[in-house]
Amino acid sequence: MKYFQLIWTALFRKKLRTVFTVLSLSAAFLLLGLLQAVNSLFAGSVEFLGADRLIVQARTSFTQPLPMRMMPQIETIPGVARVNHSQFFGGQYQDSRQQFPQFAVNPQRLFDTYPEWVIDKDQRANFISTQDGAIVGRELANSFGWKVGDIVPLNSFIWVKSDGSRLWEWRIVGIFDGKNQEWQDRTQLMYLNYGQFDEGRSPGARGLAGVFVARLKSPEDSQRVAALIDSKFENSVDETKTQNEQEFQLGFIKQFGDIGFMMNLISGAVIFTILILTGYTMSQAVRERIPELAVLKCLGFTDNRVLWLVLAESLLLCLIGAAIGMGLSAMLTGALPPNFPPLRTDQRVWLFAGCTVLGLALAVGLPPALRAKRLKIVDALAGR
Amino acid sequence: MNTSVSAEQQPLVEIRALTKAYVRGKQVVEVLHGINLDIPDGDFVALMGPSGSGKTTLLNLIGGLDSPTGGLLKVNGQRIDEFGSDRLAAWRASTVGFIFQSYNLMPVLSAQKNVELPLLLTDLNARERARHADIALQLVGLADRARHKPNELSGGQQQRVAIARALVSDPKLLICDEPTGDLDRKMADEVLTLMQQLNGDYGKTIIMVTHDPKAAEFARRVVHLDKGVLVDETTR
Repeated sequence: MKYFQLIWTALFRKKLRTVFTVLSLSAAFLLLGLLQAVNSLFAGSVEFLGADRLIVQARTSFTQPLPMRMMPQIETIPGVARVNHSQFFGGQYQDSRQQFPQFAVNPQRLFDTYPEWVIDKDQRANFISTQDGAIVGRELANSFGWKVGDIVPLNSFIWVKSDGSRLWEWRIVGIFDGKNQEWQDRTQLMYLNYGQFDEGRSPGARGLAGVFVARLKSPEDSQRVAALIDSKFENSVDETKTQNEQEFQLGFIKQFGDIGFMMNLISGAVIFTILILTGYTMSQAVRERIPELAVLKCLGFTDNRVLWLVLAESLLLCLIGAAIGMGLSAMLTGALPPNFPPLRTDQRVWLFAGCTVLGLALAVGLPPALRAKRLKIVDALAGR
Repeated sequence: MNTSVSAEQQPLVEIRALTKAYVRGKQVVEVLHGINLDIPDGDFVALMGPSGSGKTTLLNLIGGLDSPTGGLLKVNGQRIDEFGSDRLAAWRASTVGFIFQSYNLMPVLSAQKNVELPLLLTDLNARERARHADIALQLVGLADRARHKPNELSGGQQQRVAIARALVSDPKLLICDEPTGDLDRKMADEVLTLMQQLNGDYGKTIIMVTHDPKAAEFARRVVHLDKGVLVDETTR
């Protein structure tokens, strides 16, 4: 701590240059924070999903439907508590920008397979008994201002009705919440009554399910039960691929490309650019101060102490830039309107930024620090 | 020429057959050739000689800024020619104060913070460091300039701040390399008078390299070097 003023004043020896470097670092860390918030959103959106649910899909692809008759067969497998079927609906509300996930499900079985959803008893009964009924998550309802009784028209880019139309109308009969904050944050989806969906679609598509959701009696049984399900349908026309919910969701996200890889690639490019810039600044700053560093050694500062002083200066520079950039990133993500994806500068993002600061400080600080450590007093004072 | 003190008096600086050679490309250039010199505690020695005579090299060796190629170099009873880099640094911090021709102050620090620099290596807390620095600045007559940065001070004042920095850790030995080289006559005399006081009143041993015969007049003893050997000595 007693060296802080020495480090601080050395850092701001050339104020304008340091301010510009800090601004560049801040911009880079703002971008990094936002990119990693997107990354974290995708990674975190599945991380909390329970291991006590299995998703059974067709072995070839989850876009390949499975016959409904498989549901009771899956339910008889030891370790399975309850099974539901689920079909991705792919509806657009008003225009293509207003997208949110909708699934056509069996309303009676939904809350057995997803006990994490909490809903009023009457609303639940209405969902079961209303052929064109739908329930929406609280956050989704709030973002569109929906309430029970509203009719929501959805234009499905997947499912055509038997009359050739793609426009489906759903009556909101309930609004559900999550059992805790984590699940509440996920209440941005809609469940549709399978009844209207199956009757309304073209006859050839009826009686088919997208995937089956099997809730297990014990999460420890996950691997064993998944293997049992797949072996039951092995060599049949409807071979299955069973995985836990987290693996399935990650696979689903990767349909759009490896988001994490892309975000990390761009983050890498940002870090590389800022590394070059900051590295140049640090080298320049130390080169200009060679006689001053030599004086410190004259006064009794050891080679290693001088090395640490330069490294600390590099760390301080990166920390200031990162703190400003990450602060802005946190403010921006916190101020996003409700109809935006729920980006957050969470612990994962801060950890990424922290590691980046350490790595960056070391990469840009070590070469000049080693130079400072090795400099010979006599040569440095003589300007050699 | 041998300039040893009498046998019963233990010198502060004891130099025997000291050599220093530099390697430049494929050539080995010997700068000092077997120097013998004793400097008693409390002495004020001026090292003089033409450029390239080896006086700054000798000063650097005595101050522990460089290591000799051969011979014996004992300061304050310690063979500093046998010290490693870290031990030499610790020894410099406790035993030697340095004063340079171009002052070598930290431009971003105030006079007081410049003077405090050597104390960062001690266990003193911030308040004690500030108090010691204040005393040192008072000693050089710059207490009222403590908050000023070097570029707000005249050359003579900067050199006095450098002297305060050299003094603040109370070293036995002051090493001065052309301390008045960048000053006009009036300021040079002020600085040299101050150094004379430090030698006379506070018992600091001073070794000063200078080209200026008037500056050398302030010393008790003048040692002349030429081509790496001691050629003459004058005691006042």
